[in-house]
Order: sequence, then structure tokens, then C-alpha cells
Amino acid sequence: MFKKIHDPSPNSVTVHVDGMPVCAEPGENAATVLLRQAELWVRTTPVSEKRRAPYCMMGVCFDCLALVDGALVQTCLAPVRDGMTIERQLGRRSVAS
Amino acid sequence: MTRRVDLLIVGAGPAGMSAAVAARQYGLDVLVVDEQPVPGGQIWRNIEAVCGTPREKILGKAYSEGLWTVRRFRASGAAYEPATQVWQIEPGPRVLMTRDKIASSVEAGAVLLATGAQERPAPFPGWTLPGVMTVGAAQIVIKTAGQIPDEPVWIAGSGPLPLLYAVQLLKAGGRIAGYLDTTQKGRWMSALPRFATAAAGAPLDMLKGILWLATLRRRVRYISNVSEIEAIGDNAMERLRYVTASGKSETVYARLLLVHEGLVPTIHPTLALGCTHQWNSDQDSYAADLDCWGETSQNGVFVAGDGAGIGGAKAACLRGEIAATGIALKAGVIDDQQAARLARPLRARLARALSARPFLDSLYRPRRSIFVPSDETVACRCEEVNVAGVRAEAARAGRPGPNQIKAFTRAGMGPCQGRQCNYTVANILADAEGRETPDVGLYRVRPPFKPLTLRELATLDSRDAG
Ligand code: FES
Repeated sequence: MFKKIHDPSPNSVTVHVDGMPVCAEPGENAATVLLRQAELWVRTTPVSEKRRAPYCMMGVCFDCLALVDGALVQTCLAPVRDGMTIERQLGRRSVAS
Repeated sequence: MTRRVDLLIVGAGPAGMSAAVAARQYGLDVLVVDEQPVPGGQIWRNIEAVCGTPREKILGKAYSEGLWTVRRFRASGAAYEPATQVWQIEPGPRVLMTRDKIASSVEAGAVLLATGAQERPAPFPGWTLPGVMTVGAAQIVIKTAGQIPDEPVWIAGSGPLPLLYAVQLLKAGGRIAGYLDTTQKGRWMSALPRFATAAAGAPLDMLKGILWLATLRRRVRYISNVSEIEAIGDNAMERLRYVTASGKSETVYARLLLVHEGLVPTIHPTLALGCTHQWNSDQDSYAADLDCWGETSQNGVFVAGDGAGIGGAKAACLRGEIAATGIALKAGVIDDQQAARLARPLRARLARALSARPFLDSLYRPRRSIFVPSDETVACRCEEVNVAGVRAEAARAGRPGPNQIKAFTRAGMGPCQGRQCNYTVANILADAEGRETPDVGLYRVRPPFKPLTLRELATLDSRDAG
């Protein structure tokens, strides 16, 4: 849904989205990586299992919750790191775990 | 271990950074904590990295100007801890926070909340579908990742921000399928009496706005007086339906819709702290009650920036400096007379920086359906409670308040803790019960006001926990 307006940075890192390696840039966060994927969603809701995607990008809506390196976090507040794993979330309710 | 500082500032945006610089000049020892990895707040987000790249030109001069403030902040000698989440503030004041999975507490002579604003929750049917985002979110995506929509995008909203983003997007080579201006018919007439003050106080800003509008009207499909929008789709948005005030409606192919209906001050921390708040009828929102230095009803807790009322970056910087002066006065570093003398020019500049506000607030006052959406609209995104569900509970005997609605419907109980539905529920209740929104009030907010894991909590050492 989103694309970079500049050429890939020479010091890009690799993160894994649902197991697939993808390129990311230092300084961006996991949510902006997810916004570049072919399918736009990051989690399903616990109540009706509907898909959700990042909505506010500033930490207030919590619709960008996904598993980052095994912990459920707001991906819009999670800066990427080389080797980071990002997994879309199916219906998990609680943030604190 | 509990640390002690003279001043703890929460937020490294315009207000927080300016306050830090000023407080350091008063000789106070200052710690600034911020949720983001780099200083700038939302308005100047990621500015240090973007400056000098082609993206800087796309974002424009008001963005570039932030670099000066960031540099002064970096050189101020204030301690700075980025990527930190504050989750509780107690009288004292004492602040509890988490950084890198480790919780800690800070006792401060004063706390300044410079936590800014959030976009006003603007519910409409389909607003939870992937493909619907806020304009502010899309702008943050340019600032942090240099990313724009990869296909023509629809923008629906009202206010300076969507105009600015649309112009930035065009400059970046993006395409706009259509711009749905949701400014209500007749608002220009109501705002007109306030135009002269705005034009006299902020002529350049007003001119800029007019130029943005002219650019958009020339270059993209521009539809005025849009009164209703709906996002349609199953797993993601597929179509957009809109209706204008004259009843014309159209359904179009749309994969991405950006929406914006103004900003509201961040009040979560001051609500959790039990500060008194005041309803601002011009901005249809609450803000903490503040004295002339920005101090809340809780001793030693101050608010500056858009959290004190939406005013933009310039006003935020000045409010930060005024608060720092009040904090220095309270700390006994300067006396009453000195404080008054130092604050006088700041207050004059603040009044000027706010001169366009009454006009903008009046012109861009959201339409009624933003406050009281149609029955099928989701009110609480987290728990998926729709407006009809809230209304059904409101119809019970005894005029239930927001906290009862929360208990009955779970609205406001999800991870966002009501940040997206607090006003909506209050407005629906007011509508259903024939009351005014400020008479209904908001949900009670309980700490921790940011989620925190038990493991993180356990890292607070026992001396802290007391
Ligand atoms: S997108 Fe809203 S919290 Fe991350």
C-alpha cells in the first residue's frame, strides 16, 4: 500500500515478516515495514476476528499490535533491528504478557 | 533506584524541548523522557535524519525550522532518555516509566507534561478497515520512512493538516484520487468575523493555507461540502461512498482513504492523575485546568504545548518557555518580579502565535456526525462496540454515565483505554439523554495508562515500589 520515495539505503537491515525475510531501513519502525507488504493488515481482532492495520502511527490506537521478537507490542513504536521477527497477530486480547 | 531531578519533562516535541532549554538556563537539572527514539515530537518527527535529504524539501520550511530547536535542546545539557514509556504519575510528583523493558521511578521537583495532541477520533462506517488511516499517520510515514501511498489515494477531512499533507504528497510524486473537503457548508460565514484577527496576526500562515487550497483545487479532483463518508470492504477497504450536503452521492474504487478532523489535546496522563479539566467549547475537547504558568490542579505538575489546547508548534514552544519560567519561580531560582518580567514578552508572542486559532477553530469545526455517528458505526475500535450498542445501554433507566457504559458494553476497556472512544461515548450519551457533553464527562482513567508487562513491573526494585 505504501512505497519508498528514495532508493534503498545502503545500510539496510533484514527483518522477518511472518517468517519471510524483507528489507528494512534503520530509523523506520515495524509498522512502516508492514505497510509495504502486499497484504495490508497486522492483526485480527479478538471479538469478531476482523483484520486491522496501523491507523494512527503515533501510539494511540493500538491497532498496530503484533508480535515483535515474540512480544506483543505497538509496531508503530518499535524501531527495526537487523534480524527482528514481526508476526501478524490472530485475535490475541492482552497486551501485557 | 529512585532518581531525583529538579524537573522531569515528558515529551520531546516543541514544548518539551523549549522548556528544557529554558529550564537549563535557569540552572535547573532537567531530565526529558520521550516515547520516540529521536527528538522532535510529531510535528518535527525524525528531523535530524531527514534534514539535508530530498525529503526535507517535500516536507517544507515549517518542518525544517524544527532543526534549530532540536539542536538547542541537544546542546542544553538536559538529560534525554528516548524510547521511554511513562505509565504512571503520582502526587509528589513521582513518575513511573519503562525503558528497554526496565521500569524505574523518578521523583521530581516539578513534572512538565508536554505530551501534545492526538487526532480527533472521527468515526464513520468502515473506519476500522485496513486501508483507512489518519492523515497524520500518513504524514508520519513520510517523515519516518520516506513512504507514500503506491496508488492514488483519497483524502477526506477538514483543517490545515490534510491540505498540507496533500501538497506534500504531490511534491513527493504521489497521486490523489480525490479530495473530499468535509468542512461544513456555512462555516466560512461563521468564521468570517474572526478572519481579520487571523490575517493580522499570522498573515504568512493564512496565505500559505490559501495557496495550498488553490494548488489542490487546480491539480486534483476536489469535492466540497462532503457530509458523509463510508468505507466499504471485507478484509480491507475496496470502495468509498460519499454524500455531499446537496445530496449527491457517489461510490468509487478506493484502497486507501486518509481522514482527519482536527486535533484534541492529550489528556490521558492528567485524567489518570485526577487533575481537574475544563471543556473548551471552541475546540470541542477537554484540557487540564491550568494557571498562568501552566500548572495543573496537582501541585508541581505542569502542562505545556498542544496538551494545553491546540495552538501549533510556535505556541507550543512559547508555552514551554513560560512553564519553565513558572517552574523556576516555584523552585525559588527567580522571584515573582523577575518571573513576571521574563514572562511578559513570551506571553505577548504567545498571543500572536494563537491569533489565527479562533478563525481556524470556527472554520474547521467538525460536522455533527463526527461527534454522534450513525448507529452502525463502530464507536470503540478495540472492543468493537457500535453506536447502537452504546445507545441501547443509554436508554436504560437512570441516565448512565460513561463508566457505566464501559462496564455494560466493554467500550473503553481495550488496549487503547478509551483514547479513541472516550469523546464519542460522551457525545452519544449527551445526545441520547438531552444533556451537554461536558455535563456527561469522560471515562475514569486508571494507571497504568500505558500497557506494561508484569515482567517489566517486577524490574522496579523494592525501594521504588514503596
Ligand atoms: S498505529 Fe496506532 S498505535 Fe500504532
